[in-house]
Amino acid sequence: MSAIQPNVSEPISDELALVRAAKRGDDSAFEELVRRYDRNVFRIAQHITQNREDAEDVVQDAFLKAYGNLAQFQEQSKFYTWLVRIAVNEALMKLRRRRPERMVSLDEEVKTEDDSLPREVADWSPNPEQMYNQAELRDILTRTIQGLPAGFRTVFVLRDVEGLSTEETAQALELSIPAIKSRLLRARLQLRERLSRFFQKRASGDGNK
Amino acid sequence: MKCTEFLKELTNYLDGALDERTKSDLEDHLAWCHNCYVVCDTTRKTIEIYRDSELYELPEDLRGRLRSAIMTKCSQSKKSGPQSV
Ligand SMILES: [Zn+2]
Repeated sequence: MSAIQPNVSEPISDELALVRAAKRGDDSAFEELVRRYDRNVFRIAQHITQNREDAEDVVQDAFLKAYGNLAQFQEQSKFYTWLVRIAVNEALMKLRRRRPERMVSLDEEVKTEDDSLPREVADWSPNPEQMYNQAELRDILTRTIQGLPAGFRTVFVLRDVEGLSTEETAQALELSIPAIKSRLLRARLQLRERLSRFFQKRASGDGNK
Repeated sequence: MKCTEFLKELTNYLDGALDERTKSDLEDHLAWCHNCYVVCDTTRKTIEIYRDSELYELPEDLRGRLRSAIMTKCSQSKKSGPQSV
């Protein structure tokens, strides 16, 4: 089986040029950076906050913070990774404000069953996406990922949806690489298990929807 | 190789981050262990489905509004001096 390819095809060679121009006060260069990454930041923010208005605020606040702190950006990492770090922090703050009763932290050790094999392994229908219409599928996927703890959800979104590398995800979340890998494995397995309910092969004669 | 060992390497395997030798050990296991084969295959599908799902796309009109709000605030902040973190 072939490896899964990341979503974003890097490198963006002129990203650094844009950042340097923005640092010198060229706002149109900064606007170009906004254009380049606003969709990603919005997606990440909405996955973390699970709230549309909060996600809109996060997009604005994250870019504004990036703008105000450009001088501190060291250029050792990619601008995008740095921006994601700012956005994740803003999004977590929103989440904590909205759900103060629940501890929301990325580095807490999330308790789950150990990494033993999933008990119930049901094979899926060959084209699971086609078992539901678009709206149903969207609803299933949204509810399923929302059920994950914030720490797992965030790692999965950065790695598997946004296509950051393990190293970039570790930088963006300020976690170690082993911590990222262990969260990613659990997130993937939990999502798989939850989706199985919807995507398993149905008994013959049952028919697809 | 036991199933638990397979599972430990699953993420590296799916990400193509294994050396040839470990990879072929895993593939040997996949050849005879149906459970792990299904877990591996459906985990890959899980990732692909989410990657292709286009959840939370930013609508163009909202996008434009957000961008102009950002740029307006940016130029205001320039006049009022540097922002604190
Ligand atoms: Zn096995």
